[in-house]
Amino acid sequence: MIAFIVRRLLQSLVVMLVVALLAFSMFRFIGDPVNQMVGVDTTEEVRENLRERLGLNDPVSVQFGRFVVNAAQLDFGISYQHKKEVSNLLAERAPATLELAFLSAIFALIVGVPMGVYTGLHRDSWLSKVFLTVSLVGISLPTFLIGILMIFIFSVWLGWLPSFGRGEVVDLGFWSTGLLTVSGWQAAIMPSITLGLFQMTLIMRLVRAEMLEVLRTDYVKFARARGLPNRAVHFGHALKNTLVPVITITGLQLGSIIAFAIITETVFQWPGMGLMFLQAIQTVDIPIMAAYLILIAFIFVVINLIVDILYYVVDPRLRIDRATAAGH
Amino acid sequence: MNETTTFADSAGATARPRGNRPVLEVEKLRVEFPTRKGTLRAVDDISFHIDEGEVLGVVGESGAGKSMTGTAIIGLLEPPGRIAGGEVRLEGERIDNLPYEKMRRYRGARIGMVFQDPLTSLNPLYTVGFHLTETIRTHSDLSEKQARQRALDLLSEVGIPAPERRIDQYPHQFSGGMRQRVVVALALCANPRLIIADEPTTALDVSIQAQIIRLLQRLCREHGASVMLITHDMGVIAETADRVAVMYAGRIAEVGPVQEVVKNAQHPYTEGLMGAIPTIGGTHEDLVQIKGSMPRLTQIPSGCAFHPRCPKAFDRCRRERPELMPAGRSEAACWLHDPAEKGRRRGNG
Ligand SMILES: Nc1ncnc2c1ncn2[C@@H]1O[C@H](COP(=O)(O)OP(=O)(O)OP(=O)(O)O)[C@@H](O)[C@H]1O
Ligand code: SF4
Ligand SMILES: [Mg+2]
Repeated sequence: MIAFIVRRLLQSLVVMLVVALLAFSMFRFIGDPVNQMVGVDTTEEVRENLRERLGLNDPVSVQFGRFVVNAAQLDFGISYQHKKEVSNLLAERAPATLELAFLSAIFALIVGVPMGVYTGLHRDSWLSKVFLTVSLVGISLPTFLIGILMIFIFSVWLGWLPSFGRGEVVDLGFWSTGLLTVSGWQAAIMPSITLGLFQMTLIMRLVRAEMLEVLRTDYVKFARARGLPNRAVHFGHALKNTLVPVITITGLQLGSIIAFAIITETVFQWPGMGLMFLQAIQTVDIPIMAAYLILIAFIFVVINLIVDILYYVVDPRLRIDRATAAGH
Repeated sequence: MNETTTFADSAGATARPRGNRPVLEVEKLRVEFPTRKGTLRAVDDISFHIDEGEVLGVVGESGAGKSMTGTAIIGLLEPPGRIAGGEVRLEGERIDNLPYEKMRRYRGARIGMVFQDPLTSLNPLYTVGFHLTETIRTHSDLSEKQARQRALDLLSEVGIPAPERRIDQYPHQFSGGMRQRVVVALALCANPRLIIADEPTTALDVSIQAQIIRLLQRLCREHGASVMLITHDMGVIAETADRVAVMYAGRIAEVGPVQEVVKNAQHPYTEGLMGAIPTIGGTHEDLVQIKGSMPRLTQIPSGCAFHPRCPKAFDRCRRERPELMPAGRSEAACWLHDPAEKGRRRGNG
């Protein structure tokens, strides 16, 4: 167990170093940072001074080492564009992105699980077929198209919901939330649905597949043979057994939800980290790009690590039991 | 004590000597599976009955339709499988065409079922006590506390040591044999009149198979339940069953008192199964094995389905399908026992 965790931790560390190297090389290959920081009319002497002060004349390995050490302390330097600490900028933007991701995940679960259960239980009903068809659309339509369609219908056409922004935001000091105002919720509806749609269809299909599998197990047959009501069989015995994989997958998906937020945030002008990243690309604001890249990679790595460890803890008994229960 | 009398009463009252009133009557039962290649008939017009307190053994090769028959009786065929004809009567009441909800209430309370694999019959996420109380409360109005007491009683009845400690444990904390005891307790906890036991010991260690079978037999006797015991094990049948039905390709080949069928088989297939074919100088292998294998459902032979493998087959076997007919003290579906045929043979011979 300990050996397993240590090994996974080391692997995670390697992944993070590779990402850091990628982020670092952006500084070297995309433009000269000094050019970004000073005016056109700055003298060569001032530039050289700046270069020296920023440590750009040191050997590459030393620079990379310094970059990693700084990044580990959440110091990603100063944004060229905003002239502020990148870590502060990200911290300002993080609540918007995290709230959006959280709402999307909740939406995906609350809608996806019941739809999955329904389609699993009533395999041949017409409603199941409608759900499955709609889910295919959800999977195959690109996010931005769905977002734009929704804006067109609910903002432009019906005028029910705002088409951009985060609504009124309440600042709690450490966190700025849109969840305490009506306009905040209104503004969150379409972005959350857009962002969560893909995960919702994924969860629905997963729950459906798991339900179909669990319904074939001996313990479900035996539960029926004992005369338990359908409710107890379907929800007490079947659904409960599907939840382990569903929760794992949803947890894993949280990483991609945060990453995919870029597109949704752009479509809805949602003031999160993703939007800032895209703007940073346009202005070649490399410190922000690098920090964002590292942050997203870090979120992925941490989530994967947690899930792997959970699997290791939960798996041996559960997985084996399930596998044998399925085969008759 | 008072609380459990609802169950104890009925158990006591039914533990009377065997009567001749059939608990289960199956008449021309037919189970079909519509498939793309046509309709498969897994159970084909079979009729039998089980008397009160009786143990009916059901034997036959894999795929003979034993489990299908049991599943059809308890009403748990998985779609698209369906009962395509015939009748099933429980204590005189027809149960094959009941609405789902009504049949659901009968399951566990009037017909119980035990499956082959105790390892997978219990939900790994729930304690043994949860399984028991949920079943007890489904079929009675006992309170949670009374149900728990009843569960404890049942656990000691099926021979689980230290039930107070064991009741809150999860299935994986029990050995296979102990789990199967729990499964038996679950099947019996609402005192059903009939238990269908589908190879209840196949998945268990040989050393504990006999214990479980004896437990099942004792409990069913005490609770006054009849048993349909599906198994591959002729030893178990010989020891436990009162009568035996031998199934072949979805039909009953022979049915009769256990001693008769084992010692004095009337159907050539049973003879082969019992290893009683008298071939002079034959090796042991020849005695036990029947040449060939059971036909697949898609290619059931005409006439007597056994004729391609039958050492005694004759013309008529290929053309006409034999129904069960009296044969010795049993009944067999074999033309050899047709009086007309006997007369002709004697005449010829
Ligand atoms: N879903 C299905 N669709 C079509 N045919 C099926 C299906 N399930 C079972 N069968 C067929 O029904 C026949 C009877 O199966 P059954 O399970 O009753 O056999 P069995 O006598 O219990 O055998 P075993 O000793 O292996 O348990 C088999 O030939 C099997 O292939
Ligand atoms: S009917 Fe004919 S083929 Fe069938 S078992 Fe009897 S003798 Fe054999
Ligand atoms: Mg079977």
